[in-house]
Amino acid sequence: MELALNKTQVLRQKSMKVLGAKVQDAQLSLTYIAVSFATLLLGGIFGLLQGLDRSGIMPLPSWLNYYQVLTAHGILMLLVFTTTFVIGYIYAGLSHVYGGILPQVRRMAWIGFGLMVVGVAIVVTTVAMGDASVLYTFYPPLAASPYFYIGLVLVVLGLWSVSAGVFINYHYWRKTHRGQPTPLFAFFAMGIFVLWFFASIPLMIELVTLIPWSMGIVPTVNVMLNRTFFWTFGHTVVNVWYFVAVSAWYVAVPKIIGGKIFSDKLARVVVILLVILNLPGGFHHQIVDPAISTGVKYLHAFMSMSVAFPSLMTCFAMFAVFERVGRKNGGKGLLGWYKKLPWGDVRFLAPMIAMIAFIPGGAGGIINTSNQMDQVIHNTLWVVGHFHLTVAMTAVLTFFGICYWLIPYLTGRVLTPAMNKVGVIQTIVWTFGMTLMSGSQHWVGLLGDPRRTAYTTYNGSEVAASWDPYELVMGIGAIFLLTAVIIQVCAVYHMMFRSPKGNTEFPIAEADDIATTPMWLERWGLWILLMLLDIGMAYAVPVVDFIVNAPPGSPPIRTW
Amino acid sequence: MHKSERIWLTVSFGVLVLFLLIAGYQTFVLAMGPPSHVETIDPQKVDQTPPFDKPGINKIGDNEYEVVMTLQAFQFNPTNLEIPAGAKVTFKLTSKDVVHGFEIAKTNINAMVMPGQIQQISHTFDKPGKYLVLCNEYCGGGHQFMSTAITVK
Repeated sequence: MELALNKTQVLRQKSMKVLGAKVQDAQLSLTYIAVSFATLLLGGIFGLLQGLDRSGIMPLPSWLNYYQVLTAHGILMLLVFTTTFVIGYIYAGLSHVYGGILPQVRRMAWIGFGLMVVGVAIVVTTVAMGDASVLYTFYPPLAASPYFYIGLVLVVLGLWSVSAGVFINYHYWRKTHRGQPTPLFAFFAMGIFVLWFFASIPLMIELVTLIPWSMGIVPTVNVMLNRTFFWTFGHTVVNVWYFVAVSAWYVAVPKIIGGKIFSDKLARVVVILLVILNLPGGFHHQIVDPAISTGVKYLHAFMSMSVAFPSLMTCFAMFAVFERVGRKNGGKGLLGWYKKLPWGDVRFLAPMIAMIAFIPGGAGGIINTSNQMDQVIHNTLWVVGHFHLTVAMTAVLTFFGICYWLIPYLTGRVLTPAMNKVGVIQTIVWTFGMTLMSGSQHWVGLLGDPRRTAYTTYNGSEVAASWDPYELVMGIGAIFLLTAVIIQVCAVYHMMFRSPKGNTEFPIAEADDIATTPMWLERWGLWILLMLLDIGMAYAVPVVDFIVNAPPGSPPIRTW
Repeated sequence: MHKSERIWLTVSFGVLVLFLLIAGYQTFVLAMGPPSHVETIDPQKVDQTPPFDKPGINKIGDNEYEVVMTLQAFQFNPTNLEIPAGAKVTFKLTSKDVVHGFEIAKTNINAMVMPGQIQQISHTFDKPGKYLVLCNEYCGGGHQFMSTAITVK
């Protein structure tokens, strides 16, 4: 016993020397980030296999099913990789701006980690055994093994534990710093987790409904209702990643390039708007569904479109920062300032390309959420191209950029010029691969090529044959992407264990107007109430309708 | 707020509102809204419920046809339809098992078909040719084989 205690003490002392930031918080964040990048590698391999099969370059071995690979790729990337990265990053930032997180909050984050690891292990096992080829959306009445849904319940519970930690620490900080606005990073963290938590409630309701149904205890399920619950979560979670990227754009990027935050007040208003306006967005996934009247669909087009507004504010604020910095560095003329930005610095280059990618990405989003236009591209590869542009370019490329300062900060190391170069190369390879893949997906989607479909010639159809060249480009893009993933994972490993020792700061930019930031912006009770009102406006009518006018339900069906 | 910021936000807000007004005009005045039929059915009794007990193509007017179709893993019923060019066709669709998609490549026909719901969508086929009909929502292991053709003569 004593020996064991000694050992932990020695271990702790050792890691004190090794880690740069607050040791225990850094351990937590690094664990999350390590899991995140291990998942990225695995998910990336599945992504390549999928791309090669779909394009006909290299068919999958007979013991692997395309839909199994697709389910695994979706779940690993969308649920595990992003979630673990976001939690690692947010907790590291909170530890920095709060001067350490509360011990009980840290414990909650570890409990969350444990729940998620067990949950994901169960989910991945069911998929690997071929008992859950139901894809990321798991639409009923496709019925997976009950363990699949149980695993997901554990993941959501883990997320709730982590969210509660964020709320508790925010509340504690406010109580101990009366009259001061919370640090902007913490304000972002609050917004991100409020959105995430509320979005996961409908998902939890769906999962709890599906468990007894998939076990055969309850005979049927309401298909439309559960589909709607899924998208309330499924779309919002995508916006959570975008939200996280935005937090780094506002808080870290100006500091990295030697500028200041455009306006603290504006940033907080953007956070609040993103929280209030986001949840109805999920409904546009159902624009060509039956059972929902045209009027409700139009209202939803209106409501989902409103989320473009905070994004347009962000666009203005960020480019205003860039212009100011460029001019300060001697940039002349209308657009000369862009030459004076630090393009060779991966910590700037990656998030900058991510922001630029969001211009066509956001425009594509407006198409998807529009009543008429969605009908042209619904469930085609266009959609796949769209979310690779928004999630994999805008959000994930920002995450990659964050790594180059976050990991050295956490491990007490420095970003060497050589590693910076690796990062620049990685960013270019990723951007190139994603442009090829996402570009061809967008285009071939317009021509009607469906998504979520294994390689097929549709009985030698001429139209289907015309899609082949685009699918080939898509497959080639996937090769570049896996290459970029491998470079990134190696860079993360190097920064965790091999880079030279030194001090790296957590970049937090200053704002000139922080003193005038009104305190009422911190009234989260009010923002949550407004968010619930917005959700009520969006969902009350259709959800009541789905329940009251429900057809006889569907029994569990397995079609794979 | 800075002057240029105000201009930027006013213009972007204006563009969004204009866009929505156009979309609203198309939806409600030109009746170009997405397929949104509201009518339920027992998904386990599709074969016994009219009109789905007799899937097929019916002439319902001058140059106007109705196609009653059921979708199930991994087939459409009926298959290989023939339609004269210039005819307006209304598809009445439902699923006998899981969620399916109904897409006719190179047209704007694109709708979700749910168990328990009847979906409806119309199109006028002006150009003769062979149209590919496919399921664009994952419906199981043979999803990629779920297709048929419509010949417009």
